[in-house]
Amino acid sequence: MATLAPRSLIGPLRVAEWHLLIYRRFWRMNVLSSFLQPMLYLLGLGVGVGSLVDANTSSSDTLGGVSYVAYVAPGLLVTTAMALCAAESMWPVMGGLKWQRGYHGIATTPLTATDIVLGHGLWMAVRGATAAAAVSVALALFPETRSWGLVPTVVVAALVGMAFAMPIMAFSINAEMDGGFAALQRFFIIPLFLFGGAFYPITQLPVVVQWLAKIPPLWHGVVVARGFTTGNIDWLATAGHLAYVCLWIAVGIVVSVRRLRRKLYP
Amino acid sequence: MTAPLLDAHRLVKRFGDFTAVNGIDVQVQPGEAFGFLGPNGAGKSSTMRMIACVSAPSEGSLHMFGLDAATHGAAIRARIGVVPQLDTLDTELSVQENLWLYGRFFDLSRAESKRRTKELLEFAQLSERADSIVDNLSGGMKRRLSIARSLINEPELLLLDEPTTGLDPQARHVLWDRLYRLKQQGVTLVLTTHYMDEAEQLCDRLVVMDQGRIVAEGSPRSLIEQYATREVLELRFAAGTNDQQTAALAGIGERQEVLPDRVLVYANDGEAALVQAHDRGARPESALVRRASLEDVFLLLTGRSLVD
Repeated sequence: MATLAPRSLIGPLRVAEWHLLIYRRFWRMNVLSSFLQPMLYLLGLGVGVGSLVDANTSSSDTLGGVSYVAYVAPGLLVTTAMALCAAESMWPVMGGLKWQRGYHGIATTPLTATDIVLGHGLWMAVRGATAAAAVSVALALFPETRSWGLVPTVVVAALVGMAFAMPIMAFSINAEMDGGFAALQRFFIIPLFLFGGAFYPITQLPVVVQWLAKIPPLWHGVVVARGFTTGNIDWLATAGHLAYVCLWIAVGIVVSVRRLRRKLYP
Repeated sequence: MTAPLLDAHRLVKRFGDFTAVNGIDVQVQPGEAFGFLGPNGAGKSSTMRMIACVSAPSEGSLHMFGLDAATHGAAIRARIGVVPQLDTLDTELSVQENLWLYGRFFDLSRAESKRRTKELLEFAQLSERADSIVDNLSGGMKRRLSIARSLINEPELLLLDEPTTGLDPQARHVLWDRLYRLKQQGVTLVLTTHYMDEAEQLCDRLVVMDQGRIVAEGSPRSLIEQYATREVLELRFAAGTNDQQTAALAGIGERQEVLPDRVLVYANDGEAALVQAHDRGARPESALVRRASLEDVFLLLTGRSLVD
């Protein structure tokens, strides 16, 4: 019980299977909304704002020589995964401990807190990837955003999803009431959505804000995803950004396991 | 005597400064139905959680199936079934999905989990509701599903924490019948309750806990014989006048207890005690002579003051 390592991958897989079984009841609604929302942004911003941006030649330089739609598309892919996995690691985690108490049900089986945390992470990776894949399919329909770079972008979206899911899971495990979740959404997720590099290069922001924007994993994921879709890839920087994203995942897992173990096995 | 299935020695559980379980010794033999009785806050649930290997003892030793609970939690959990005080069912899933999925947590194959699900649906009389969403079930059905789910790994020991709290009488009797069948199949039962009739119905042997300690141990019958008289005279007086009766009743029977709603006189001959009370001038609004029950033992041992 004292070790962090799961006995095998079987435990996390079983927990992911549990999430899948519940998801099967709601997937239609879910897929539709996680697909529609980025599409609306892409049409509203990419096409609407894009027509203004693209008319200005100096902006095109700032964006790295691509159209605004092509610039925004990978950002939307990654922010979609972020928003989805962040929300799915708030109320559902509290439900597992306090409302439906599913985690307590699992705690009396041979599965452990590590299995629950890794199972959740695995499930978040799947959810992040499928949401990003759905958006990718839509993006592939348009010549301006069509690119083989969309394929690795799905993986980036899954990693960024986990990089938000795991630390937020750690937060949710210790949360006493669900009021904090709305605050987390308003003061963390939405500002990141706006200032995290999805819609414009963060070099446009004051230096202090730039540094703040670089702390969470979102900007790093967006930069990597944009590299893939636009074809301007700096491999060394990509490796560094991905390592940083993975660090968030790892820290989130370790803290979550510790906290969950304390809650489930007092 | 065979080796005990559960062997706790000087078991202690502390939460910060609070000592929930204060050095208890318990042994349960295979096939036994064993009960923990006690008022709220006596330490029953904390004890059960240690036995279920979801809570580590602060002190003392706990062995289950000969394995040390401190180091073999997962292996022990694989061999026991737990019916918690609060249901942990997946209310969004159907009845059979709940069972099937739980089997997967115990590493059963899909086919095997399906087979056992079908069996348990029948056992819990829920076959007709197999596809119902759990949210729509009655309290009694949810409880039966919780028990069915705890049996998916064919446990050698079943732990039940207040299994019938909140159920109506019919639902309780159905549940008792199911538990009795399990006992006949050789499943060892360990349960907590604060219903005396439940303890008398189900338990071969029980302990009474109070403030984290065991204050009495034995079969329901032997506890009644040891701690209570053969009969009990229950007297009801006008509201609020119970305390004024003690002088008149002093010395009648072996002992008197003043409860909020009535006065109990413990005597081997209840009728004779009633005659004596009348002779002394007591004028109860109603009087009843009954056999002593486990409730009398419980009230004597754990005190009559209301415990939250």
